[in-house]
Amino acid sequence: MELAVFFAAAVVAVATGVVAVAHRNPVVNVMSLVVTFFCVAVCYALLAAPFLAAAQILVYAGAILVLFLFVVMLLNAPLAESDQPRKLQRIFGLAAAALVGLGGAALAVVAIPGAGEPVAEGTAAAIGRLLVGPHLLAFELVSVLLLAALVGAMVLVKRKA
Amino acid sequence: MSVPTTHFVTLAAVLFAVGAGGVLLRRSGISTLLGIELMLNAVNLTLVAFARQHGDLHGQVFVFFIMAVAAAEVAVGLALLVAIFRHQQSIDVDRLNVLRW
Repeated sequence: MELAVFFAAAVVAVATGVVAVAHRNPVVNVMSLVVTFFCVAVCYALLAAPFLAAAQILVYAGAILVLFLFVVMLLNAPLAESDQPRKLQRIFGLAAAALVGLGGAALAVVAIPGAGEPVAEGTAAAIGRLLVGPHLLAFELVSVLLLAALVGAMVLVKRKA
Repeated sequence: MSVPTTHFVTLAAVLFAVGAGGVLLRRSGISTLLGIELMLNAVNLTLVAFARQHGDLHGQVFVFFIMAVAAAEVAVGLALLVAIFRHQQSIDVDRLNVLRW
């Protein structure tokens, strides 16, 4: 049963991921990446990480991709007149991407022993205890980072007076 | 029965390759950022898979931090794109060559 869910999610994730990077229309790119991120959230749920599955949907599908969509609409950029890759770029780009994928997959098949162990479930309570325990400093630093990014983004898009 | 770790890591490798292809083959700035997001998600997936394999939640905490950093990165990246578009009327990364000698 879990295997069937995993394979369904994996097939949909890869298919929509390809559409997300290959389609010409940026709105289609973003919407299909939403589906990809939902499938990744399904994988998190299968991996006993319910908190991260929720965070994935809230943060990625909910916030980040809406921001993308907003910018796509805002710029209303002409559908990239020259968005065909050059010949060399196509050859080397495809080769590099294939190398990375094959290398990772080969490592996964060769180097990982056995299946999943019995697990500690990643509930919000368990993650939260780790966040404000051993990772408290990093947690606080992330809040500073987010504030800096927020202010930086506003400064960058501000029109000169 | 639960899904073996290998399956998840293989899926993550494929997703990472797709994202890398997007970054390398497209010339629109938005597509580049989308590819980066896809690669970050693939890495997150491996981290969660290994967190389950080792029965250790610290991997999931890492993923939480990566999500926060990705949010910051995308906010600044998109703001840069908007600023570049205002400046050049284009987000084609090939046309960002004013610093080239």
